[in-house]
Amino acid sequence: MQYEAVIGLEVHAELQTNSKMFCGCPVVDATIAEPNTAVCPVCSGMPGVLPVVNQKAVEYALRVALALNCEVAHTSIFARKNYFYPDLPKGYQISQYEQPLAENGELIIDTPQGEKTVRIRRVHMEEDTGKLTHVIPEQGDPYSLVDLNRSGVSLLEIVSEPDLSTPEEVTAYASGLRDMVRTLGVNSGDMEKGVIRFEANVSIRPIGSKELGTRVEIKNLNTFRGMERAIRYEFQRQAALLDGGLPVIQETLGWDETAGVTYSQRGKEEAHDYRYFPEPDLPPLVVEKAWIDEIRAQLPELPRARMLRIQQQYNLTLEEARMLASDVDTMNFFEDCIQIDPSIPPRTVANWIIGQLFAWFNSSGESITSMKIQAQDLVELLHFLQSNRINQSTAKSVLDTMLQTGRNANTIVSEQGLEQVSDLNMIVKLINQVLEENPDQVQAYLNGKENLENWFFGQVMRLAGGKANPQLVKTTLKQALTQLQESKTEKN
Amino acid sequence: MSNLSDLSVRQALKLLQNGDISSVEVTQSYLDRIQTVEPQIKAFITLTPELAIAQAKSADQLRKNNPLEDLPALLGLPIAVKDVLALQNVRCTCGSRILENFIPPYTATTVQRLLDAGVVILGKTNTDEFAMGSSTENSAYQTTHNPWNQAHVPGGSSGGSAAAVSAGMAPIALGSDTGGSVRQPASFCGITGLKPTYGRVSRFGLIAYGSSLDSVGIFSRSAKDLAVIFEQIAGRDPKDATSMDIPVPGIHLNSNTDLTGVRIGVPKEYFITGIQTDVEKNVRTAIQHFESLGAQIVEISLPHTEYALPVYYLIATAEASANLARFDGVRYGYSAEETSLWERFKHSRGRGFGSEVKRRIMLGTYALSAGYYDAYYGQAQKVRTLIKRDFEQAFEHVDAIATPVAPTTAFKIGEHTNDPLAMYLEDIFTLPTNLAGVPGLAFPVGFDHQGLPVGMQLMGPHFKEETLLKLVHAYQLSTQWHKSMPDL
Ligand SMILES: [Zn+2]
Repeated sequence: MQYEAVIGLEVHAELQTNSKMFCGCPVVDATIAEPNTAVCPVCSGMPGVLPVVNQKAVEYALRVALALNCEVAHTSIFARKNYFYPDLPKGYQISQYEQPLAENGELIIDTPQGEKTVRIRRVHMEEDTGKLTHVIPEQGDPYSLVDLNRSGVSLLEIVSEPDLSTPEEVTAYASGLRDMVRTLGVNSGDMEKGVIRFEANVSIRPIGSKELGTRVEIKNLNTFRGMERAIRYEFQRQAALLDGGLPVIQETLGWDETAGVTYSQRGKEEAHDYRYFPEPDLPPLVVEKAWIDEIRAQLPELPRARMLRIQQQYNLTLEEARMLASDVDTMNFFEDCIQIDPSIPPRTVANWIIGQLFAWFNSSGESITSMKIQAQDLVELLHFLQSNRINQSTAKSVLDTMLQTGRNANTIVSEQGLEQVSDLNMIVKLINQVLEENPDQVQAYLNGKENLENWFFGQVMRLAGGKANPQLVKTTLKQALTQLQESKTEKN
Repeated sequence: MSNLSDLSVRQALKLLQNGDISSVEVTQSYLDRIQTVEPQIKAFITLTPELAIAQAKSADQLRKNNPLEDLPALLGLPIAVKDVLALQNVRCTCGSRILENFIPPYTATTVQRLLDAGVVILGKTNTDEFAMGSSTENSAYQTTHNPWNQAHVPGGSSGGSAAAVSAGMAPIALGSDTGGSVRQPASFCGITGLKPTYGRVSRFGLIAYGSSLDSVGIFSRSAKDLAVIFEQIAGRDPKDATSMDIPVPGIHLNSNTDLTGVRIGVPKEYFITGIQTDVEKNVRTAIQHFESLGAQIVEISLPHTEYALPVYYLIATAEASANLARFDGVRYGYSAEETSLWERFKHSRGRGFGSEVKRRIMLGTYALSAGYYDAYYGQAQKVRTLIKRDFEQAFEHVDAIATPVAPTTAFKIGEHTNDPLAMYLEDIFTLPTNLAGVPGLAFPVGFDHQGLPVGMQLMGPHFKEETLLKLVHAYQLSTQWHKSMPDL
């Protein structure tokens, strides 16, 4: 049977405010900071202390909600989500349940079939938990360490409708959201540090069916690649079950990146009863329209609008603009290049990014942010090309060296003597040498084998070690050959 | 100066200001009194005599070096604090084994405001465990004895604070009131106790029982003394998001006892069968006294009163079930000696909590559970709204509502310990105010045939503590009940 996947995504993004959601503790990089140093009685769950809402976190959350075109609730309610776990010091997490901050938004993504609107069901605020490190010593019993630095950091949960149907769409949506929160300045998008985390709900159904299948929830998806693999794996696993006449079981799964498989974390019968109820320590959160208007007016240019502007402003094709808009960093890189040297045609910059850099990323596994060169460096290289000091093929190999070593174009060109020869006398000399050394080919050319012109061109370039200005070689060679033909005609 | 402990707060402050006595003398006289009567009464879980003397010395020093107008309002005045309010570096047990050795690194806002006003702290008073109870019998440490008759309970949960003031061991004490825990022990011990409006006084540092119901309250001998303390602790606290930014009036209580123009409502639902005859008789007499002072007495109805008890026990226990989840024996408090993590969690809680606390955690957990939420917690919230509306509608017609504080006077120690429902009924007249969030004031209006005090309650509209204090002040100017002291 042919199946299609029905996928929804839950995204948790930390709101990187200076202080935590409900106390004054600083938000620190949990991967670097000494454990339990950004902790106070509130975020460590001491008795008698009370939470106070961080207004900046609400502002950040509203930025995201508005950028996703959500309806913001005038009054939303914080709720206690009760469960017992060592990383949750109060025994409940302050979250939002029945009346979330915002609902009914959307994010537009690009698919091979064109644009697709993914509906956002809700956006709500909550606090992060602490972090557990499980230690298995060589001797003695295993134990776990609790770090509460992350406990109480503001977290935004963005829940989509199950509108996604392929792993590629899931990635497009996830990276679109990641770009959005980064553009809005509320989250670094640093997936390795866990500041943005993804969970997927996946079910499958026979193509054409309207009914939803039993869904599973996949947790710990830490990379886009892992997310795609996990969803692909889960699709096949569920299809095999259904084909074999077996039911899909509703459960929570983990993703084992190394083994490339999903594994059961918790069955339906073990599902938590979170016993949500309104948080009595916090009054309802009221967001006045004036505040919404103010935040909306201050929203920066959003990724999709930016892509359309880039396409028009720089006269690119939609496909080129889409490629550049694959993430915010690429758009930044592109516009940085143009700003550094507006004399380089934007399309040239675009083509070098899309052609050369993307190819490098594919082969090396690097990215626009991890690579060794900056916008300034690409501009310098293109400047060499633009002023005919090197040719296209030299430029490509110089770029490869730059990407591999991080050295700049100027150094590489001068060290390796790659600067192109545009001296006419020199080029005439080289052409003459080639013609003199190859009398047979000259004869054949004069006898009408005119495509030998390309062969002569290649010989000249080879003699020049690839550094000769190809345009100049071409025209000068043409002149020399024409002269030979004319003198032959005269002799006849 | 042997009778220092009989002084009113205003008298004591006057003597301190005039330099007639020092804070060390006042403090020492209360410590002496504690030494004499505390072995019988058992009002304190933790006494802090060294801290008290040190604070008194620095108060005297401050007074010596500064002009009167620069001195804080309560400089040198000793107080007692219920052991559910945090005081930095002094252990805070909540009457529970699970917090036996808990030393909070912070101070409750109410306590801090009084410290800033110059008070001296005598100690932390006994309470039912986590303020769950009406007699202090649920304290893991001791049962406090009623100073009027030591075979009887002092009421609860703030029974330690009430008994301390009643027995002359402190002129003032802080308590907490979630369903009557200030007013009922005030009534049982023959003193005056205020539960302010919810949101009027910060809850920061008050170890939570039912967060939407908890208020920090005050015990003293008279409305006049309460007003002095209330002014200091009331008002918005940035550390408590539920505290309200509503100005606190300076409360001026004068010698005018004319209550002409004041309307006092008497709800028929509060004079029910089962109420002790002596209680009803004394309360009715007191109501007549208000009438004689010029107040107009109006019969009113609070029709949803009968639902207040079940609604209270669903909401308070639901909130408590979450509030008490943090006590896991990991970061502080009692920790069972088990090697496995989950065993440690289970046994720390199993041995650390007493049976009433466990009963309420289970009740609350059940009320919030999937499949039961709508029928219990959800329904209780709806009825709570109706109870609130009862009060709002009543206060359109009256300035205050007069009722008994409790259906009985202080019962015997052990009388209700095997009957939780009978114990819960003790709060039947006090808990509607917590559900509605309105203020309530309890004060003595006579004695029953056994010589135990009878208390009356006045309830007022939100943020109208001043009205209640003025009414009771007028009553106390023209009666003597509040001046009666137990013979110890
Ligand atoms: Zn903190």
